[in-house]
Amino acid sequence: MILNITLILLFQLAGEIAARAFALPVPGPVIGLAALLAAFLLRPGLARRVMPTAQGLLAHLSLLFVPAGVGVISHAEVLGRDGAALLAALVASTALALAAGALTFVALARLAGTKE
Amino acid sequence: MTDLPDIWSYLREGPLLWLTATLVAYLAGDAAFRAVDRNPLVNPVLVAMIILGLALWSTGTPYATYFEGAQFVHFMLGPATVALAGPLYENLHHLRRTLVPMLGALVVGSAVAVISALWIARALGVRGATLASLAPKSTTAPVAIGISEALGGLTTLTAALVILTGIIGAVLVTPLMNALGIRDWRARGFAVGVAAHGIGTARAFQVNRTAGAFAGVGMGLNALLTALLAPYVLTLFR
Repeated sequence: MILNITLILLFQLAGEIAARAFALPVPGPVIGLAALLAAFLLRPGLARRVMPTAQGLLAHLSLLFVPAGVGVISHAEVLGRDGAALLAALVASTALALAAGALTFVALARLAGTKE
Repeated sequence: MTDLPDIWSYLREGPLLWLTATLVAYLAGDAAFRAVDRNPLVNPVLVAMIILGLALWSTGTPYATYFEGAQFVHFMLGPATVALAGPLYENLHHLRRTLVPMLGALVVGSAVAVISALWIARALGVRGATLASLAPKSTTAPVAIGISEALGGLTTLTAALVILTGIIGAVLVTPLMNALGIRDWRARGFAVGVAAHGIGTARAFQVNRTAGAFAGVGMGLNALLTALLAPYVLTLFR
């Protein structure tokens, strides 16, 4: 358990160092995620080991963004000015992305001949 | 017996009060979500945000004071992002079988999400840091907050936009897919994972197991792609 948490933190740390050392636009934890995925693919035994800890961390993922979410109260000015525009952009772009993603999937699945 | 104001002035100095309040508010939100049969409109994070927002406002507590306590929860976003490698690895066999449709839908869905949001918001007068905060809104919150930070956005605004996107996607997906006549559960799930991250994925699992598994893969892959894509798309709208 402690070993697994240490491992996850080490991958995050390595990601943060790589992101800064090479001035990458990608956040450090995302690099850590990609590196850990690569490590799992190379050593499936590692995946079996770390999986329960990873699942434990992710079981209440939505709790983790409550503190940042509450911070929206400090942007009352931005929301007063741009709130309606942001909401319109969210609704329209989410609908467009859903339709575009699903239609592309169906079209390519038909071409490739893969069935559900 | 100590006076109530004395106890209050002691508590507001330390992290214990607002850390506990964050967990209590989240549990209340989760209970509310279960009470309405997991209707996506009653999102537990949104409920918790409203409860805590009201608590801060009514006690005149600044957000910085709140965050001193809540930062212990916030810190876990980084390790949780790394841990997303777990479910992504577990579902990778889906990717091997349907590689082409998935990668195509990933690139199209992810690009449409970022470009259309920035284009609409910019046309309606949104500029600068607010626009940067919007770019990663379809990505899972821990990754989106990291991307927003790297782009010079307002991370707390991004968190709220991400949650709203998830709720909108979860509410829209079923009626929209039915209207479009899309019956393939893999396509429906994958699209909602790409467009509406974890909240969309949770909704997909409620509707269909296959849709849920594909949504999880879509969410994980989009976290990687948006991190690469958003900085370049944003420069087009600056």
